[in-house]
Amino acid sequence: MSDIMLETKNLGISFGGLKAVQDVNIKIKKNELYGLVGPNGAGKTTVFNMLTGVYQPTTGTFFLDGEELKGKSQEKINHKGIARTFQNIRLFNNMSVIRNVLVALHNQPEFKYNPFDAMFHTPKYFDVEVRMRDKAKELLRVFGLEDDRNNLACNLSYGTQRKLEIARALATNPKLLLLDEPAAGMNPNETAELMEIIKFIRDEFDLTVLLIEHDMKFVSGLCDEVTVLNFGTTLAQGETKEALNNPEVIKAYIGG
Amino acid sequence: MSNLVSNVKKQFKFKNIATWVIVAAALVLLVILNEAGALNRSTIGLLSRIAYSIILAVSLNLVVGFLGELSLGHAGFMCLGAYIGTFAADMIRASIDSKLLVLIISMLIGGFVAAVFGLIIGLPALRLKGDYLAIVTLAFGEIVRNIFKNLEIFGGAMGYSSKTYNQKDLFVISFVAVIIVLILIQNLIRSKHGRAITAIRDNEIAAKAMGINVTFYKLFVFVVAAFFAGIAGVIYGHFTTPVLYTTFSYNYSIEILVMVVLGGMGSINGSIIAATLITFVNFTLQSKLSGDLAALRLLIYAIILIIVVIFNNAPAFKPIKDKLSIQNIKTKRVAKKKGVIVNDDAQWNRIETKVKMDAILTPDLPHEHTGNDKPDKPAKEGK
Repeated sequence: MSDIMLETKNLGISFGGLKAVQDVNIKIKKNELYGLVGPNGAGKTTVFNMLTGVYQPTTGTFFLDGEELKGKSQEKINHKGIARTFQNIRLFNNMSVIRNVLVALHNQPEFKYNPFDAMFHTPKYFDVEVRMRDKAKELLRVFGLEDDRNNLACNLSYGTQRKLEIARALATNPKLLLLDEPAAGMNPNETAELMEIIKFIRDEFDLTVLLIEHDMKFVSGLCDEVTVLNFGTTLAQGETKEALNNPEVIKAYIGG
Repeated sequence: MSNLVSNVKKQFKFKNIATWVIVAAALVLLVILNEAGALNRSTIGLLSRIAYSIILAVSLNLVVGFLGELSLGHAGFMCLGAYIGTFAADMIRASIDSKLLVLIISMLIGGFVAAVFGLIIGLPALRLKGDYLAIVTLAFGEIVRNIFKNLEIFGGAMGYSSKTYNQKDLFVISFVAVIIVLILIQNLIRSKHGRAITAIRDNEIAAKAMGINVTFYKLFVFVVAAFFAGIAGVIYGHFTTPVLYTTFSYNYSIEILVMVVLGGMGSINGSIIAATLITFVNFTLQSKLSGDLAALRLLIYAIILIIVVIFNNAPAFKPIKDKLSIQNIKTKRVAKKKGVIVNDDAQWNRIETKVKMDAILTPDLPHEHTGNDKPDKPAKEGK
């Protein structure tokens, strides 16, 4: 197998007559931190939505680890190994922190039991539930959320909610993690901590990470390569420093 | 084996089984009263109504409270259970000696048929959302009862008269059924499947992104709820002769929904209490009011409902409710025991903000505070 984790070929979508995203070609190597940047409305989140099956691309296709995933449903794509976080946080607000993670552990093969086991509380149920809780606590420990585990998710601070969302995405055991503006709403300390966490989970969980971010310091400090989008088309691509210093990119951001 | 015991111990909390322990205790009490002959016919009638109301309310709560979809056709599933279950009981009565077995088999058949219809309705209907799903299920309920009205084999418009059973035995069996249903539903909710269901209610988009098969779970909940509603219908059918199609009008579906809403969405205990109280009020009004007053029954019932809803939600009643709330009494008792003041984290949530907001929004309204906060008064005196 090749060392390419995600490959998109001419990925594009149009809503009616509007071509929101056109001809996006991204190749992400295994274990790479890859950035997707661009001004507001460039179509970054739309790319995420296509990669996770929320939207079906109208042109082109994409491959995860050599397997074509275009046309699959959201849950299938998640089973195949793409997990994401959302730009506007979407936690299960009325659930405790640990329950949020437990929900995401739902599809792991080692935690399978059927509704019959659940209704009659068979030994299998108890066995799996105890192991699930241990696994969830382990994940929360990585993010320093263990002490908050019985709090409601909606009572956490903004930065903590973002961390929980990443923990929840990790619980689905992905190969590729999509982070939609992970540092939005965080103060500089939290942002620095988040950079460390992302690097740590990349190594610890053997992940490939694709992230959208506006904070250029964050991107240049973290990402190996970037793609810059503007008005749905690729503006620049390649090594982070080169791509961000491209005159076209500077023009798109600053105007002129 | 010892592994299982330790696993069970880790999961076990008395709180989790409290509900059905209380219901079981109530059942034992009732059986003793029953044996002593303290229950008359009308009390048994009331208790049987409470039994199937609890099953109906709890199963509808699964759809409305836990899954978050509005279904107005619950009486339709009950109707299927009532007709099919009693019919099946009459069919198999000749070949099976034990009456208990006949009742159990008829309940399972009634529940199963209702579940099959739940699946048939659910497959197309669950593509719809919110109001549209409500309309489809409402139509389903009406269609079902009108079909039974026109089937001669079920007695047509005269209703289906099945063979009767000893009411006292019947009500013990139906309460055992209530306990089993409660255990099953609570167990389901406290599992990963229950978590998936509540996740769909909380945030469907996120649930999908976490790899939860939303379509499967919606259908699953719909079918399970239909199954239990069918069982409730069979219980109803055995108590009531004839089984009449008029009972299962959409009014009844709404009444079940009222039980769920009053008891609290997603609260099984609430559903049990609300189902018991509403059935009790309804029954008492029906049996106590006579003559001209009988015509006012629905009016009085409606007024009682309005009062309860207002009491539940109006801010003015909050202090009284807080005083009566078990949670608060518990907290205070614990605080007394430990000799510390327990800081109530939720307290700030209950602080009245309405008055202050009014003051902010309309600054020219006269302040009702007496005392210090009149900054312009000393200035005037200074002049």
